[in-house]
Amino acid sequence: MSRTRTASTIDVVANGESHTIPDGQTLAGFLAARDLDPDVVVVERNGEIVPRSRFGELRLETGDRLEVVHFVGGG
Amino acid sequence: MSGEAVTTERASEVGGMTIGGRTFGSRLILGSGRFDSPDTLVRCVETSGAEIVTVAVRRVSLDRADEGGLLRHLEGTGVMILPNTAGCYTAEQAVRVARLARAAGLSEFVKLEVIGDERTLYPDVVELVRATRTLVDEGFVVLPYTSDDVVVARRLEEAGAAAVMPLASPIGSGLGVVDPLSLRFIRDAVAIPVIVDAGVGTASDATVAMELGVDGILMNTAIAMAEDPVKMARAMRLAIEAGRLAFEAGRMPRREWARPTSPDEGRVGE
Repeated sequence: MSRTRTASTIDVVANGESHTIPDGQTLAGFLAARDLDPDVVVVERNGEIVPRSRFGELRLETGDRLEVVHFVGGG
Repeated sequence: MSGEAVTTERASEVGGMTIGGRTFGSRLILGSGRFDSPDTLVRCVETSGAEIVTVAVRRVSLDRADEGGLLRHLEGTGVMILPNTAGCYTAEQAVRVARLARAAGLSEFVKLEVIGDERTLYPDVVELVRATRTLVDEGFVVLPYTSDDVVVARRLEEAGAAAVMPLASPIGSGLGVVDPLSLRFIRDAVAIPVIVDAGVGTASDATVAMELGVDGILMNTAIAMAEDPVKMARAMRLAIEAGRLAFEAGRMPRREWARPTSPDEGRVGE
């Protein structure tokens, strides 16, 4: 987990659960901290899909609501 | 004949199907759910000859790393991934999931599912037509899972669906083709491909469906839950080809009374 003791943390909601992350963390950083391959996930932020090309530049903000999805088995 | 000879891979004897401008060599679409392992799934893909494999869109686990994900396993098979909107109960939910699936960058194809009843998993056809319109407007190639209702099939075609996918019987039931007449009505009523989606339980069910003249079959549980999924995948491939060939051959008329196949004349002792 990327939880830190400094005051510079923010809370975001990802897949319905609260996550405390470093202030200024990018979406790419958020995924990397959780061992997620950015090439196989799709992310929606506050209802809008984030293009993969923007994962590296997009800084998460307090209260952001993320949906991080991928493909699983299904008919 | 040895068992090995029967399982020799060869090109399909029957032509493939064209959906949304893309031609596929196999008439079998395989669902990827409920397999005991990714390895079994991949072997069933290869053995069935399927060139389209459906997948579902779900949240990743943020607490523990998922190992690689399903796509990594299917990469080497060369199949087209067909995301579904399973689990959606409104047009809005289904459209949202379809957009997420497309953002994965694989294709514009989506298997549209909008469920209206939890026990039967029958589609909510009102929401289905609405979602089809929205997604077609956004450039999706929409393959809706629908009821075996000819009027709804027409509405979906008018809404721009690339195929209609009526159920043979409830999802996961394995009851086979419950209402062949309705499937034939649909086949006759629309110009787009008709794919039977759900209900096939064993090879003869697939053949019965194909003999009605439908273009293909989407199946999952029948293969995944067979005692030997890989062998069933092979059986389904043959069953679909047999059914298609029989449809193209045109079956003999049914008659009530027997008709001898040997000549009446020249019988011994007359």
